[in-house]
Formats: sequence, structure tokens, C-alpha cells
Amino acid sequence: MINTELLIIGGGPAGLAAGIEAGKLNVKTIIVDENSLPGGQLFKQIHKFFGSKEHKAGIRGNKIGEQLLSEVSETGVEVYLNTRAWGIFDDNIVGIVKDGKTEKIKAKKIILATGASENALAFPGSTLPGVMTAGAAQTFINVHRVLPGKKIVMIGTGNVGLITSYQLMQAGAEVVAIVEAAPSVGGYDVHANKIRRAGVPIYLGHTIVEAQGNMEVSGAILAPVDDKFKADKSKSFFIDCDTICFAVGLTPRIELAQMANSPTIYISALGGHVPLHDQKLKIADSIFAAGDIAGVEEASTAMEEGRLAGVAAAIELGKINQVDGIEKVNNIYQRLAKLRSGQFGMKRALAKEEIIRKELELRGGVE
Amino acid sequence: MRIIKHPILGDVKEKKKVNINVDNRQVEALEGEPIAAALMAAGIRAFRRTIKTGEPRGVYCGIGQCNDCIMEVNGVPNVRTCVTLVEEGMIIRTQIGLGKSGDLDD
Repeated sequence: MINTELLIIGGGPAGLAAGIEAGKLNVKTIIVDENSLPGGQLFKQIHKFFGSKEHKAGIRGNKIGEQLLSEVSETGVEVYLNTRAWGIFDDNIVGIVKDGKTEKIKAKKIILATGASENALAFPGSTLPGVMTAGAAQTFINVHRVLPGKKIVMIGTGNVGLITSYQLMQAGAEVVAIVEAAPSVGGYDVHANKIRRAGVPIYLGHTIVEAQGNMEVSGAILAPVDDKFKADKSKSFFIDCDTICFAVGLTPRIELAQMANSPTIYISALGGHVPLHDQKLKIADSIFAAGDIAGVEEASTAMEEGRLAGVAAAIELGKINQVDGIEKVNNIYQRLAKLRSGQFGMKRALAKEEIIRKELELRGGVE
Repeated sequence: MRIIKHPILGDVKEKKKVNINVDNRQVEALEGEPIAAALMAAGIRAFRRTIKTGEPRGVYCGIGQCNDCIMEVNGVPNVRTCVTLVEEGMIIRTQIGLGKSGDLDD
């Protein structure tokens, strides 16, 4: 059995940020990640991030990933790659598979930073080769430098759909349609306008009803939807394409939180079921959750939540005195509040407050 | 199709070529890339057939989560091609259903 003070599960933006904070406070920390490279999904995000300067606004996601990796290596945090955490048991014991072998890690504190997975749609033809998540397309064009297809239909106009569409065009593909069931674009106007200026048609109030093709995608059938989002197939039409991408939201990956008996709550604005947590992201005795697992937001919020969980764990481990610890925590709260402001952020701010309120209720209202 | 020039990422760096064999066809891959990227660059998108109806499947999530892109690699079935890197002389087969293990000759 491997012993450590802090185990962080997931080496994306939240997990790395947590590791950096904990490492700086001399917490003996191990980060496990199932991929062969840490950084989570940052390296495919080659666009500039939003927010203020302290949130690394204006810097591209892949560069932020490089910065996080170099900071982690300076702090002496151990990173186990190709390592999947498959279970969490009593006494803070976590089962992992490392290089094909099962091992146990016992940690005084655990931070779950498992992220989220992309949602799917089901319709005739949706399993054909050429139908893939927007994230898959982004990985292939920006990391592997290979185009998944030449003529793309993007389903969904959240920021993932808009940004991936633009990046597919940068990579040399033609985006022939962007499809959105809602009556308006879901993501930021700045991204949508970039797409519109490039002349890509955005079909609002439409959905995909079929992917055509024999061995792979050779077209899509779209149709308008009524006010109950039901497709009117009498008005359906064909779009010539070879690739269909889903950008229809993400769902928090909460399996390990559930295994740790954390109660959950369904919050649509945060992507689905999320573990209840207190103000310092604690979901159970000695266990914290940070980043998309605690509600799908953005990489910038995930990093701040990671820092918060890292500091909170260090405080509980007695690695930092209460006064300094609280100051650090308050600074993070302020930065998070900034990230959760405005038209898009307010919804998430209210949703996070609801989680904290419900968790407090469950504990009998005792702070 | 490979993306050689890119307005943000710049030109792709010269990489060592790696030869792989896909269903008895020689495919040129680049060192350090996953099998799925090499296949996609070669225009191959149907990676396996389902067990009951024989429907084609290919890359779906691209990050090792969904298992839709599994193939037989060097006689081992169920290999996730999106997270398994190419190696010189690798023998890759379209996986039919659950696949076969250890049989590289047919």
C-alpha cells in the first residue's frame, strides 16, 4: 500500500491547480491520471481564455496547460500517469490500476478532480463512423493535427460548439451547418459572431433527425422543432456532410463521489447530478471535489476550485495556520465570484450557492 | 487528412515515419501519434464491426473513454486506438465483434 497525505484523482486544470497549492504548502501529494499526459483537456483548447488577467485571460489553453505542468514539477508533487482510480473505500483507501497492476493508496485527504464527460444524442445513424463528440474533433485537429472530416455539421451552439467550429475552420475544414434546438445561440456572442462573419449558417430552432451513410457519414437530415423541441419531420431537409459533431453539454463524472457516499443534487445549470459540498468543496469526511465534477463550468473556474480544495486540504492537515489559510481561501472566493458574474456566470453562482445551502441543511445547519 | 499548416499552432514539425499494417495494407504513420490519428489521416474511419448486426463503428470520444474505436492490435483485441501510440511494424486489424486474439495470419 502506498501512503500519502493528499491524493488528487485527475490531472486536469482542477487537479493540477490543487496539487500546486498543496505542494507549495509542503503537503506530500500524489496526483493520479489515467492518461499518458497530464493537463486534462487543456491542450486541445488553443483559444484565448476569458476573464481577468489573474485568470490568465488572453492566454491560450494549451499554454496554460504548459504553465501548470512546469509549476507542478517545481513543487515536487508526484504524478502517476496511465493510472486509473477505480474505487474509493473505507479509511480513505483508493484502488488504482497503475501500468496494468492494481494497487492501493491510503491518503489522509482526497481531492476528486475527475472532470466531466461529453453528452451524446441518439437518432438513426448516430453510431456511424464520422459521428463524434466535439471534443474528439478538437483533440484530433489541435493535438494530433489530423482532420476528422472535410464537411462538418456541428450540433449545439454552446461555447464548445462555437469554438470547436471555428477551430475546425482554422484547421482547414468546412463547417456546413451549426444546429441549435433553442431559439437563440447558447454561447458567448463574441464566438457566435466570429462564426457568422465567416458565413457559416446557424440553424436555430432545428435539430438533427438522422445521420445518413452506409459505412460512414455521408449526410445529415435536419428538421425544425416546435416549442416542445419535437422535430417536424415534414419540413426536414438534407445537408451534405461527412462528419457530425456533438456539442450538447457535459455531465459531471461523479462515480467516485457516489462511492464515497456523498449525497448528490440535480442541477441542470451545472450539467446534472453533482455531489453536495460545503464552501470549501468538502463532500465527505476528508474528501473534496473540485472542477467539473462539482458542476460543469470552465477551465478557469476549475483551476480556482482546485486551488481552493488544495488549500482547504492543507489547512485540515495543519500545514498552514488558520489566519493565513483563511486569507488564501478568501482571495480564491473573490476570484471565483468574479468568474461567476455576468449574464452567464450568475446562473452558476446561484447554483453553487444552492449546493452549499443544501449541504448545510443536511448537516443540520451547523457551520 | 493531415493539418500541416495552422494559423495558431504553426507548421507541423518534421516527425519520424512509422510503418504500420492495417488490414494487410501498409499505412504511413508518424512517431508519437495514436493509431486512430494515423488511420484517420489515411482516410480510414470504420474501425470495427458490432457483434450482432455487423454495423461499423469508429472514433467517438477520442480520449479513451467510450471504447468505440477498439481494434485488434498485434493479435490483441479490444485495444483503444485513440490512446494507443503507433509502433513500427504494428499489425492492426478491423475488429469483428469481440475479436480474435493471437491470430495474425488470416
